[in-house]
Amino acid sequence: MTVGLFIPCYVDQFYPNAGIATLQLLEKLGVNVVYPENQTCCGQPMANSGYEHLTGKCDELFVDNFSSFDYIVAPSGSCTLHVKEHLHAHQYPEKAKHIRSHIYELVEFLTDVLKVDKLPARFPHKVGVHQSCHGQRGLKLSQMTELVEPFFSKPLQLLNMVEGIELVPLDRTDECCGFGGTFCVAEEAVSVKMGKDRVADHIRHGAEYITGADMSCLMHMEGILRREKSNVKVLHIAEILNAG
Amino acid sequence: MNSEQKEHAGLAETFNKDEDRVNWHDETLWWIRQKRDKSAHNIPEWETLRNTASAIKNHVLSNLHNYLVEFEANAKANGIIVHWAANAQEHNQIVHGILKEHGITQMVKSKSMLTEECHLNEYLAQQGVDVIDSDLGERIVQLAKEPPSHIVLPCIHKKKEEIGEIFHENLGTPAGVSDPQVLTETARQHLRETFLTRKVALTGVNFAIAETGDFVVCTNEGNADMGAHLSDVHIACMGIEKLIPKRRHLAIFLRLLTRSATGQPITTYSSHFRKPRPGQQMHLVLVDNGRSTQLGRPDFRNSLKCIRCGACMNTCPVYRRSGGHSYHSAIAGPIGSILAPNLDMRQYADLPFASTLCGSCSNVCPVKIDIHDQLYKWRQVIVKEGYGNKAKGVGLKVMNWTLSSPGAYHTAGKLGRAVMRIAPFAVNNPLNPWYKHREMPQAPKESFGEWYKKNRK
Ligand code: SF4
Repeated sequence: MTVGLFIPCYVDQFYPNAGIATLQLLEKLGVNVVYPENQTCCGQPMANSGYEHLTGKCDELFVDNFSSFDYIVAPSGSCTLHVKEHLHAHQYPEKAKHIRSHIYELVEFLTDVLKVDKLPARFPHKVGVHQSCHGQRGLKLSQMTELVEPFFSKPLQLLNMVEGIELVPLDRTDECCGFGGTFCVAEEAVSVKMGKDRVADHIRHGAEYITGADMSCLMHMEGILRREKSNVKVLHIAEILNAG
Repeated sequence: MNSEQKEHAGLAETFNKDEDRVNWHDETLWWIRQKRDKSAHNIPEWETLRNTASAIKNHVLSNLHNYLVEFEANAKANGIIVHWAANAQEHNQIVHGILKEHGITQMVKSKSMLTEECHLNEYLAQQGVDVIDSDLGERIVQLAKEPPSHIVLPCIHKKKEEIGEIFHENLGTPAGVSDPQVLTETARQHLRETFLTRKVALTGVNFAIAETGDFVVCTNEGNADMGAHLSDVHIACMGIEKLIPKRRHLAIFLRLLTRSATGQPITTYSSHFRKPRPGQQMHLVLVDNGRSTQLGRPDFRNSLKCIRCGACMNTCPVYRRSGGHSYHSAIAGPIGSILAPNLDMRQYADLPFASTLCGSCSNVCPVKIDIHDQLYKWRQVIVKEGYGNKAKGVGLKVMNWTLSSPGAYHTAGKLGRAVMRIAPFAVNNPLNPWYKHREMPQAPKESFGEWYKKNRK
């Protein structure tokens, strides 16, 4: 099995450690991983702003880069969801379809495809888990509090395999952090207020780290934490699962 | 967007100037969302109820014509006078026509978001008719000369002290009194007078039953009954989408409606109206006002399944932190944002963007409207029709060009990661809205791509 590693543009540029941890973790688990170097962006920022009709080139490039792999894995719930729901290539509809049905966010790839049941990870810290909306409500990485359905959580399933970790409870377990793509600037006031409230919930419960499967939410919360001069840090879930 | 045109971001920014109020607003509505959760979790078959309600409503929308004809025939046979209004203006004229016919200049009204949508109060005021909203929340915003900020909890944006002040000014309660009990009692006394003297009462309709010609009005205060039963003329106004096929379908909706809205098992009153009592006149106004247009938009038609429970507002993290008035439309929140662009795409072009697309609304919706997907789809329509914010369009086109060309992306990456220069979180500049209340992410010494080249090749 060969996995094509998709590292979203802002992770590539600002959070290389999340990408490195993803790669190392997959390798540790015996997966053959290739990173196609010509990759750029999935087109989500444009599509969410109403410009889906202009994402054709992004889509074609994505198909060129990734259609030959058995699976495509990305350390980002929202980019994965976007590709899954909106990737189209007029010339190669079959290739696009293959990608749409074989792209996985890292967490779900570990739990659903690799069926990981133990991890050699150690992270002796208090950690708050941020459920990103696209990961949770979009990809169904965990049960949503609105529904009357049995509980499950793929991120928690993995984090519970980490030695020494202490997961802190939250008052609102799946409230949006307010990043929302271009929403973060177009609706700056509400976006920031949502982020402040989310961060406060984690701090109130003693988290030293906030983790999650979406670096974009974490980037937004990190911006707020650092402005508030808080010691609380953000880490992509791959960095915790790969720690120790 | 010109400066007088209202838009959500600016209005919400103003609302956010008072952070304590935002916290209070957020927590009040979150508490209602929690009550909804508890109530839903007490019903093991909750998701089945939602699926069933959604299927019934979809069926009605697919057969709307037939059900409307059936309903009209049955209602007429029951002695109700049925009117059809193509738009808000016709609706208002019909209501005014009935009032004129009876020489009425004062009317009492209860439970009708539709009349808000049609701006009936303003219209009637211009014609010299005095309308009193009889439900407490509506009455409060009416006295404050504001529109409702929430479809179920119209004055949820007002603290009890502010309500006390409004009562002091308008109804003569002592200054500084804000005890809800006292205020409610004052309103009740004041309204009793109104009920006894008004000859015409207008109510909304929650459900209209095609099979029988009945209509059902759900209230907690009982004012719809008080108004309707004491009046000589009862006017009920409903959107054409309020139909359900049979009486036995009602139970499904009654079980869902209030649990979703406030967490109560059922409204205090579910009043069934079938025919006028002897000597009374009963009118029913069926209003389209854009609904057939929406029905003709395949991506958006199922927004017409809405039963106006308000759950999507209570759960919406953006609504809770921007307040209903920031949506500058009769219906605020997520549902308002997918209904309003249908009525006026230019005026409401901002609303589908006033969301993070988190999806919580679609999950609480008792009739399973895919609200957040429709918000996404409206964005595409609005941009294509040319109502998107122009400046944003240009920036994104540049970004599209850069990101779709690997050469440009990587060259730019070397030039101080300039590729991300249009990404908001990458511009370290005090004018950048990201930077106002957030630090920029710190640029690492190498990108993932650079690291990979060195370490895996
Ligand atoms: S869209 Fe759904 S949740 Fe929102 S008011 Fe309508 S029925 Fe209720």
